Amino acid sequence: MATNKRIDEPTGTETVGHEWDGIEELNTPLPRWWLWTFYATCLWGLVYVILYPAWPLLEQGTEGVLGWTSRGQLEQALEDVAEDRAPVMAAIASTPIADLPLNEERMTQAVAGGAAAFRVHCVQCHGANAAGSEGYPNLTDDEWLWGGNMEEIEYTLIHGVRHPGDPQTRTSLMPAFGRDGILSADQISDVTDYVLSLTDRGSANAAGAELYATNCAVCHAADGGGLRAFGTPSLNDAVWLYGSSEEDIRTQIVAPRHGVMPAWEDKLDPATIRMLAAYVHSLGGGEDFMEVAPPAEEADGDE
Amino acid sequence: MATNDPLIHHSPLGDYQARKSVHPKRIDGPFRRFKWLIMAVTLAIYYGTPWIRWDRGPYAPDQAVLVDLANRRFYMFDIEIWPHEFYFVAGLLIMAGIGLFLVTSAVGRAWCGYSCPQTVWTDLFQHVDRFVDGDRNARMKLEAAPWTWGKVFRRLSKWGIYLLIAFWTGGAWIMYFADAPTLTVDFWSGEAAPVAYITVAILTATTFIFGGFMREQVCIYMCPWPRIQSALMDEHSLLVTYKDWRGEKRGSLKKAAKDPDSYGDCVDCNMCVAVCPTGWDIRNGPDISCITCGLCIDACDRVMKEVGRPRGLIDYITLDDARAEAETGVVRPAWKNLLRPRTVAYFLVWGGIGAGLLFLLGTRTHTEITAAPDRNPAYTLMRDGSVRNNYTVKLRNMEARPRDMRVTLDGLAGGTMWTDEISADAAAQSLEFDVPADQTETIRVYVIAPRGTESQDFSFRVVSLDEQGESDTVQTRFETPGG
Repeated sequence: MATNKRIDEPTGTETVGHEWDGIEELNTPLPRWWLWTFYATCLWGLVYVILYPAWPLLEQGTEGVLGWTSRGQLEQALEDVAEDRAPVMAAIASTPIADLPLNEERMTQAVAGGAAAFRVHCVQCHGANAAGSEGYPNLTDDEWLWGGNMEEIEYTLIHGVRHPGDPQTRTSLMPAFGRDGILSADQISDVTDYVLSLTDRGSANAAGAELYATNCAVCHAADGGGLRAFGTPSLNDAVWLYGSSEEDIRTQIVAPRHGVMPAWEDKLDPATIRMLAAYVHSLGGGEDFMEVAPPAEEADGDE
Repeated sequence: MATNDPLIHHSPLGDYQARKSVHPKRIDGPFRRFKWLIMAVTLAIYYGTPWIRWDRGPYAPDQAVLVDLANRRFYMFDIEIWPHEFYFVAGLLIMAGIGLFLVTSAVGRAWCGYSCPQTVWTDLFQHVDRFVDGDRNARMKLEAAPWTWGKVFRRLSKWGIYLLIAFWTGGAWIMYFADAPTLTVDFWSGEAAPVAYITVAILTATTFIFGGFMREQVCIYMCPWPRIQSALMDEHSLLVTYKDWRGEKRGSLKKAAKDPDSYGDCVDCNMCVAVCPTGWDIRNGPDISCITCGLCIDACDRVMKEVGRPRGLIDYITLDDARAEAETGVVRPAWKNLLRPRTVAYFLVWGGIGAGLLFLLGTRTHTEITAAPDRNPAYTLMRDGSVRNNYTVKLRNMEARPRDMRVTLDGLAGGTMWTDEISADAAAQSLEFDVPADQTETIRVYVIAPRGTESQDFSFRVVSLDEQGESDTVQTRFETPGG
């Protein structure tokens, strides 16, 4: 076949030797450098297939002799970060929360770390930036059901609220005065009216006052201020967990809702819980403010 | 016929001309001396400026000109620019641009001829050539000579000097970006940042290549400025011009002596071509190759003096004046072209921007406040019915000394504030802060207003508690559940 090779006159290029109806093909092979690059990439591909995960199979792809996986790479990266943070976390874990403000750097780290952990573990209920919503307490205000200093917040985080299985959990239970027939509908109306009067709404009717004193004051206090020991909300202020309207209050007396917060002791390490407590305390409503100590003077001035 | 020209190369891409080596001859004269002066001044400014010290007190660097990228400050003698004041630098760049327009419309391509770095460094390297290899004829001979050990030695020593100058040039550049003495020590002890070494390497390479080898090709083939200039120039712009009406027909003194009537002043000595740093023959008319450095004027004036003819056969002249001179023979002084509506307009714009910048510089305050309200939550209802809003307030102290500042709530009835560093019990309508020298202090501010307050605009006002008493106000919003 390929015997009719000849030099093409106008171009000076050799033909491949085929001829179809007078049409011939010039032999212009691939440039050497291109060919070698091609072979090099083939070799590269071969080596890659051996070293790294490559061929998809039915259940799982080939693994490659290096054992590399993207998931493993991520885990390694996370481990590296954890390792970097380990000294800080250890220092925070070994510092009682009340002593955190004594060290400005430690406090700054705790608040920053708490803010990050909050976005992962807490925003689902308490909302981004901790503003809460109906049934989920707002953590930026100065109303604290179980105490608003750093120790109390940390305790709540560790043991949770009404967390089944933790004997030390924060717990309280308000009777369902309507649903369980403890009070009649008229009585509930009277006491609702009386509760409204604590915030200068409704009328301070005698029947309601009487009912409040017998049924409610033991937990919510005579003036409606609530009791921290029982985690009872105050009824005489502007902050209402389940709404402040007459309907909201009546509903809560008839069949109260009770929030639950998990005990984070099982899920988070002590340092993270401590950082969360410091962060929540720093949101503007924290109680028992402690001035953060300025950094200690550097012993040597050449830094 | 172009195809017979040995300098024309044929290639699949078409025909192109190889570079003709340029070996400018040494010349002395007023323009050459002016060029020396400009070269000395510009090089001294470039190499020396970073080493000038300037006392700014203990809180700021003492380098007169410093672009402190790491701390985002730009120092120029008594002026300190923060990143948000970058419009000063933008204004200077605009002034530099319009300054080029002004210079071009007034005196033509003077920038190209005297002060462009490409011109200055090319000139410097050409002096190195002259120093190592001798003047024009010696250099041409050496270039044509075969490669002997002697030629290799000469070439290597010349390129070695190129490299030293190039390295010094690259090294001087980084001194503008850090404390020069410290950086010099760090650089030589291997402790400077990698970017310093990379920058020096790049600038050494560009100086070595552009100044040592590419030279006039940068002006002719690479630089956009000559292209823009051709749009800026008109019949009133100064050009270096060969006065052909006076010079033609060219001929040697011998020929002219035989037939004085048919020969002009040009004795065809080729000196104007020999001295030209870009290798142009000015007698062919103006060209992009002519950077108007005036060296051919120096050369021609010398020759004219020797042969006893009036100077100025080659001279700075505008197209209009050249036409008039060719017709009437009246020489109009070049300086009369300086004052034209166009140059005046450029000067007014240039000066206006400069005056504006100076005004801004003189009236700027060194105290600023900004406030960003938290958007989520927009407000927090407190137990007693009062409402709290949170803000991130920034106090900017642009003085090189720590200052006390007082921040006051303005226009929020009953409103008080505290920060995350003090107790809520210490809330007050105004608080005092100690702002460190030359820094922006970020403060978390809680503002609380009594029950019943409606959503409204109010202001944070800052006053510096020093003899300057500078103040600034920022308006922001207070949100409440009342809407």
